[in-house]
Formats: sequence, C-alpha cells, structure tokens
Amino acid sequence: MFRKIALSAVAALAVTSGAALAAGKAGHVEDIDFAHEGPFGRFDQMQLQRGLQVYTEVCAACHGLKFVPIRTLADENGPQLPADQVRAYAAGLLEVDLPNGETRPREWTDHFPMSGMENAPDLSLMAKARAGFSGPYGLGINQFFRGMGGPEYIYSILTGYTGEEKEEAGTLFYGNEAFPGGWIAMGPPLMEDLVTYADGTPATVENMAEDVASFLMWTAEPKLMDRREAGFTAVIFLAVLSTLLYLTNKKLWSGVKGRKVA
Amino acid sequence: MAGIPHDHYEPKSGFEKWLHKRLPIVGLAYDTLMLPTPKNLNWMWIWGIVLTFCLGLQIVTGIILVMHYTPHVDHAFASVEHIMRNVNGGYMIRYLHQNGASLFFIAVYLHIFRGLYYGSYKAPREVTWIIGMLIYLLMMGTAFMGYVLPWGQMSFWGATVITGLFGAIPGIGGAIQTWLLGGPAVDNATLNRFLSLHYLLPFVIAALVALHIWAFHTTGNNNPTGVEVRRGSKEEAEKDTVPFWPYYVIKDLFALAVILAVFFAVVGFMPNYLGHPDNYIEANPLATPAHIVPEWYFLPFYAILRAFDSEVWLVIAVQWLTFGIVDAKFFGVLAMFGAIAVMALAPWLDTSSVRSGRYRPMFKWWFALLVVDFMVLMWVGAMPAEGIYPYIALIASTYWFAYFLVILPLLGVIEKPLPQPATIEEDFNAHYGKPSASAAAQPAE
Repeated sequence: MFRKIALSAVAALAVTSGAALAAGKAGHVEDIDFAHEGPFGRFDQMQLQRGLQVYTEVCAACHGLKFVPIRTLADENGPQLPADQVRAYAAGLLEVDLPNGETRPREWTDHFPMSGMENAPDLSLMAKARAGFSGPYGLGINQFFRGMGGPEYIYSILTGYTGEEKEEAGTLFYGNEAFPGGWIAMGPPLMEDLVTYADGTPATVENMAEDVASFLMWTAEPKLMDRREAGFTAVIFLAVLSTLLYLTNKKLWSGVKGRKVA
Repeated sequence: MAGIPHDHYEPKSGFEKWLHKRLPIVGLAYDTLMLPTPKNLNWMWIWGIVLTFCLGLQIVTGIILVMHYTPHVDHAFASVEHIMRNVNGGYMIRYLHQNGASLFFIAVYLHIFRGLYYGSYKAPREVTWIIGMLIYLLMMGTAFMGYVLPWGQMSFWGATVITGLFGAIPGIGGAIQTWLLGGPAVDNATLNRFLSLHYLLPFVIAALVALHIWAFHTTGNNNPTGVEVRRGSKEEAEKDTVPFWPYYVIKDLFALAVILAVFFAVVGFMPNYLGHPDNYIEANPLATPAHIVPEWYFLPFYAILRAFDSEVWLVIAVQWLTFGIVDAKFFGVLAMFGAIAVMALAPWLDTSSVRSGRYRPMFKWWFALLVVDFMVLMWVGAMPAEGIYPYIALIASTYWFAYFLVILPLLGVIEKPLPQPATIEEDFNAHYGKPSASAAAQPAE
C-alpha cells in the first residue's frame, strides 16, 4: 500500500513541479531539433560561429550580452574561435567607459557591451529566462522530451512575425505568433540574406533564427557540455557503487532474512 | 523509558580506559552505531539518511558558494553568473545546491508522510515529531531566504509577497514587515540579512537533527508493524532487532547511492527543470512578473494561503465576528501556518490506540486521500487564482484540515482495527523464510 502511494507521489511530484512554469497566454512555439539537445547533444561549433555573426551584425545594434566575457568565445565547448580572432573581435566592439570620463578599447578579458536601448533586454540569459514548453495543462511533462524550450522560443519569436502592425499610445507594435499577447514592440529584425555566411550556408530567416538561438543557448549556459559530462560520469560511478552496495546488502542480510514468503 | 537493552562499549587498552574516564566519546559513538533497530524496517525508513546527507551537501556547497557570492543588490545576480561561468566547477556546485534543496524537500515530505502512515508521531515519540516539525519549519525559512539570494525576478517578488504575509497581522503587521525587511521594501538590507540567516539556520537545523536522533534513539525506532521492540531482556530484544551497524548503514547507503544517481542525472541533464525561468531575469522592482509562483515545495501551503479569499463564507463570518480584525488576508496567513500546526498536533489529535496504518482498514483510505490532496494542492498552487482553480484549492484545503481535526479524532472511535502481531519477530517470520544455513553460520558482525 505505502509503496504504491510513495511511488505515485514521486511521479506526481516530478510532474507538478513543471506546473510552476505555466504563465500567461503563451504564444505558439515551434519545436526545433537543436544539435545541443538530448542527453548527449553537443553544440554545433559552426552554428555557434554563425550565430555569433548574426548576433554581432543584427541583434547587437540594440541588445547586449553583459554577463558574457568575450574571451569565452575561444572556449573549447563554445564557438572556439582562435585567440587572435577573439582579441580582434573585442577591439572592434564599443569602447569601455572609464570612471574619469575617457574611454579605452575593449579587451577580450572584458564582457560584451550591455544593451544600447533601454527597452531592449539583455540577451545573455534569455535562452534560460523563457520556457517555450510547459504543457500539457501546465504540468511540464513535455519538457522531459523537448527541453525547456528557451532557444525554441527565441527562434519562434524571430520567425513568428505575421506582417501586421498597430499603433498604441504612440508606439508601433508588430504582430507575432510566438510572443505572449500576440504583439511585440521589436520590429522584424531578420530578412533573407541580411548576413553573408562565410561557410556558404544560405542566410534564410529560419537559418539565421536557428543559428542565433543556438548561440544564445550557449551564452546562457556556456558550461552545458561540461555539466553533462560531469553528470554522466557521476551517474556511471553511482550506478557501479549502487550495484556493489546492493550485493553487499544482499549478502549481509541473508543471515537475518530468508526468502520472502508472504 | 529505558533504552532497548544491548551491549555497551567496554574500553580495553590502557588509553581507551584513560579516555573513557575523562570523555566517553567512543562509547557514545558505539552506542549510537550499535543501536538495536527493528529488523523489519522497509524502504520508507531510508529518508532520514537521505535528509542527513542533504543537510551536509547544502552546507558544504553553500560554504563554497558564499566564497564567490556578493550580497549586494547591484552585484548579487552578476556574482551568481560569475560562479556559473568563471569559478572552477562553479556551475556544478551551484546546480547541486539549487537542486539539493529540491531533493531535501522531496525527502522530507516522504519522511513526514511515512511518519503519518505508520503512526510514528504517537506516544512515546511526540517529542521526536515536534522537533521534526521545527526542523521542517526552519528548512522552509532557510530555503525561502536562499531563493532570494540570486536576486532574480522570482527572488525579489517572492520575497515581496512572502514578507507581505507578516504585514497582514492586524495592527502591528506593518511594523513587523518593515523590521523584517530592514526598510520599507525588499532592498539591500533585506538581501544582507537573508544571507546572514541563510548561513546561520542550517547549523541550527543540524543541532535540532542531533536532538531528533537523540529522541528516537531513546524511544527506539518505530517500524511498519507499529509494535514496540520487546525490552524484557537483551535476548528478547535481539529477536526483534538487528544492530544499526552494519545492517542499516549498508542498506541506507545503497538507497542513498540509487537516489544520488537520479539526483546527479537531474543536475547533469535538466538542472533548471524544477526552477522558474523568470529567476534568470535580474530583479527589477519596477516590473512585476505575470505570475508570482513560489518554488514547488511551498506550493501546497501557498495554495492554502490563497484558498481562503474574501468570498468564502467562513472568512466572511470570521471577519464579521472579529469586527474586521481578521480579514481575508490575515485569515489566509493563519490558515497557512495552521495547516502546519495541525500536522504538528497529530500526536494528540489521533485517538486510535493502533499505531501503524497497516492495521487500520478505514484510516488507509483517508490517508491515501490525504496524499492525493497534497498533490492537488501542489498543482493548484501553481495555477493562476482564477476560473475553477480557487474552488479546487478551497476543497483541497478543507480536506487537509478535516483530516487532522475531524477524521483522525473520529477514526479512533469508530474504526475496528485489524489484529496486530504480538511481536516484530512474529510478523517478520510470517513474511520471510528461515535464512539459509550457510549464511546464518557466519554472523556479519
């Protein structure tokens, strides 16, 4: 009796917790198969580099990445750009304001600049600050299979423009299927061939959206792959330890407890 | 009540005798580890070890996190990102700490419900139960204050809402709230005192855990039959028990290893599943999130808090009878703390002479309903307070109180319990055959 109750309790607990993510009238979020998804998913390095390009040439006009140190672009489990390229990239960014009112060139040990526009949110953690999936019934079960859906949310916003516009209190709003409420203050940032990819990938809106969403997942969780490796090692170790302890326990109790008869 | 009779530590060498006369610490450790423990404990008796481990894990990871964390409204959020990005292994330490809180609460809820089913709260274990409830309250306070420290949107607004509860106390509420916050609103002073208390309270919990263990080592463990270990002589007691070391140490470690495998899978592969995305947005006092939702482990009691709104006739009646002193907001606060208080009073509300739910045919079903009720409260606590949800919350909250205040007292009178085994040994032998001769020949000690 108690065992059954306990088991269903644990299952229900795992399920209910996701309910906390039910919020507002959510828009439609497309499920994308990102390379980094799944237990053994890894970031697609080329995609991260393309995403960086989209971010730099498009998003950075208004948005910032203030929590991301530029040097991490050279990290092994990130875009892994060569060090000199990262240094050159840093030097090309907005200069750093000094306390005495002067400025100095940005170094690769600095962080990315912050948002230049007041109502443009910082994008460092955006892929973790939004959950694309929370169903069914706010129970969060689909997050088990699809992930939290942060990058999918970003992709869906970027590709979800309906083409409609409306003006409210002097501000222009754009129709967007993915944005909660359906109207977003950000104009459609992407259009076909807005950037030119060095690797020849066609710069469609979908490709650019997917690349930059993947890149922003990396900025939000740069240690994703290290974390999974650590988790995997720990689980293997604990599985072996569990087996050994199971056998020890069985042997130990065999002197006290016979075969179960009732 | 004297403890269960068993062998005690005998100092042998000269040094042991010398030390034992001055500080009998080895004897204390021996008696603690060799405690005669009922030999029929099932897998629901492992949560104590899991909880002890959680406390240790949270203290160790917490101490490391404090080394890199900055308790200032301008730097707290960034310092957590610093931990996640720059500190060696920081992302692991932080996710272990964050998910460790969830493991802690899963274990404590299973531990509490085990106690409720097997009547572990009944005489002579009331003091163990009350200390346990105090530990649970401190855990909630500690977890709440810890959640504020990353200074995300849910941190800030959760703190605003929860400290606002104290503001609902008639007359002095406003002053108490200001005193708790260290100012008129959640700000730097709040963040600093929350860090201070978040660091302090786990050590208070550790002290209470020691008392909790001392208390049940005095009364002896409860067990699935609810029948007490015989204490007439050492030989008699040994028929009902096995020493804690090595039997339960190894069993508990096995269970802990399995649970940790699942725990590390969560930390490694889905560390944010139990969290809220809004807490990855830095706190902004000017932007209120669409839904302020507490962490999952608070949801059942949060649901009870919200269930008693100003449209419930009981609330209206109480408000009228108290000349408006107890309004809907204060009523909700009283209900939330009352929900825990009635649970703490279970030893005196349960009138049944039978301890274990195993031999209580009616109780079993009411208890199962209580477990379902807890799940429903948890789910509805996360839902917006609109549409049908407030009604579900009200019904579920009512059942919670009814279980402790009406059902437990009544069942003891009307229920006809099933026959109980005379001894633990009898029950054990009825379930398990004789141990194999070869294994029995070599005692594991």
